[in-house]
Amino acid sequence: MSPLQFLADLTNPDLAFLPRALTIAVLAATMCGVVGCYVVLRGMAFIGDAVAHAVFPGLAVAFLFSGSLVVGGTVAGIVTALLVSVFAQNRRLKEDSVIGIFFVAAFALGIVVISRAPGYAGSLQQFLFGSITGIPDRDLYVVGGTTIAVLLAAFLLHKEFVAVTLDREMARALGLRTFWLDLLLYVLVTLAVVMAVQTIGNILVLALLVTPAATARLLTDRLAVMMILAPAIGAGGTVIGLYLSWSWDLPVGGTIVLTLTGAFLLAQLAAPRHGLVARLAS
Amino acid sequence: MSAALQMTGVHADLGGRPVLHDVDLRVDAGEFVGLLGPNGAGKTTLMRAALGLIPLKAGTVTIAGAGPGYVPQRHEFTWDFPATVESAVLSGLVWRIGLFRRPKVAHWQAVWHALDQVNLTDLRKRPVGELSGGQRQRVLVARALVLSPPVLLLDEPFTGLDMPAQETLAELFTTIAAERAVVMATHDLTAAAYTCDRLVLLNRTVVADGPAADLRDPAIWMRTFDVGPGSHLLKALALPVGG
Repeated sequence: MSPLQFLADLTNPDLAFLPRALTIAVLAATMCGVVGCYVVLRGMAFIGDAVAHAVFPGLAVAFLFSGSLVVGGTVAGIVTALLVSVFAQNRRLKEDSVIGIFFVAAFALGIVVISRAPGYAGSLQQFLFGSITGIPDRDLYVVGGTTIAVLLAAFLLHKEFVAVTLDREMARALGLRTFWLDLLLYVLVTLAVVMAVQTIGNILVLALLVTPAATARLLTDRLAVMMILAPAIGAGGTVIGLYLSWSWDLPVGGTIVLTLTGAFLLAQLAAPRHGLVARLAS
Repeated sequence: MSAALQMTGVHADLGGRPVLHDVDLRVDAGEFVGLLGPNGAGKTTLMRAALGLIPLKAGTVTIAGAGPGYVPQRHEFTWDFPATVESAVLSGLVWRIGLFRRPKVAHWQAVWHALDQVNLTDLRKRPVGELSGGQRQRVLVARALVLSPPVLLLDEPFTGLDMPAQETLAELFTTIAAERAVVMATHDLTAAAYTCDRLVLLNRTVVADGPAADLRDPAIWMRTFDVGPGSHLLKALALPVGG
């Protein structure tokens, strides 16, 4: 299918779900790209994965009681992040073990909950792997509002997040409340993940968080540039991925993730100064 | 004149284990003090107590002015972060700039002044990941100096550095100590004995405190470092062994 045909489909009133899904996916990818920069630079990809899985029981409960998926997912993500923060205080266990326990537990809880819902298999697959149909109109406003809130929070607290990432102990000595900054960062990750879950799916959403930011990191040594590149790569990859999925009738989440992975591999090869090609040439 | 740093009767625990026991320490502006002791003696804990990072069980810490400048061990800093030298130094001002605010011209001027003091002006646009060990150490010193602290606390600044880098740093610290109080924890005993105005031997508590020339009794070194009279430590410091 040519890109023109795709544009025609996007503006076709009978296919109204398509531009809606595209808008939501692009906004979610933008949020994930910005928040993902902190995730990648702090080396907390595993926490990102944990939060992504941890929102699942919240989505399942919301689905079961026809509540708001956004609210359900956010609450579940934050509760899990809190549990991890509290249990990680026990010095006999490393934080990654605690994360490993709670994210799988949350996921298991989600599966048990959703098994009580009618049409179990179909809704499970939709949650895990994403879908572009069945997104209600009001979600557009929720995702739009959340995007503005997340980007604003990242913009306003940027230097604090950077200071904590650079040197935690020093940030504390300077008077920053590191516990609250960490928790707020988890909340931002959770919000970005929940917004992305519907289209791209619970399991694949980690790619939106990590891959564009990691790709951007390969392309630049400047944080400001990285934080513009990452959401741009995420949004661009989402548009191309959705186009490919629509033309060839492929699952949308998988196609978007593979497109982003392609961009990452390309950057690995062709990045200025540190890419494979640049290194071989020098 | 009031002290730049005054610790009186300080007791502190780490993970339920007593680490500092009745520590008294006074440092004045213009002094370069070497803090010596074996691993686990409480050198870092003493600094963290001075910074207010750990609660004291007893005693008081008084610091003149805006609080101490802290130069942590180099591995505490995330060197692979995409930050330039000047933005790394600016992160020392994050609290002073204030929540939700952006740095102003005055803040950047403070950064450039600090970089000038540590001779890194030429490298201010370079990513921190591309610096040598000695340059990284100077970035951390500049980050501490940017707040113009009356006291500078250095935690093992020489570890892992080669000789010219160590000497350049030692000269830098001496210059800084001309107008501030500098406390340096180190395992490099000979360098400390040579460059510091005063040595504080710490092992849970202050075992001895004075200029290197006054600490010639091998017994206090043996007690601090828990070594016997045949130890090469005593020979390296040219102490009267067996005397």
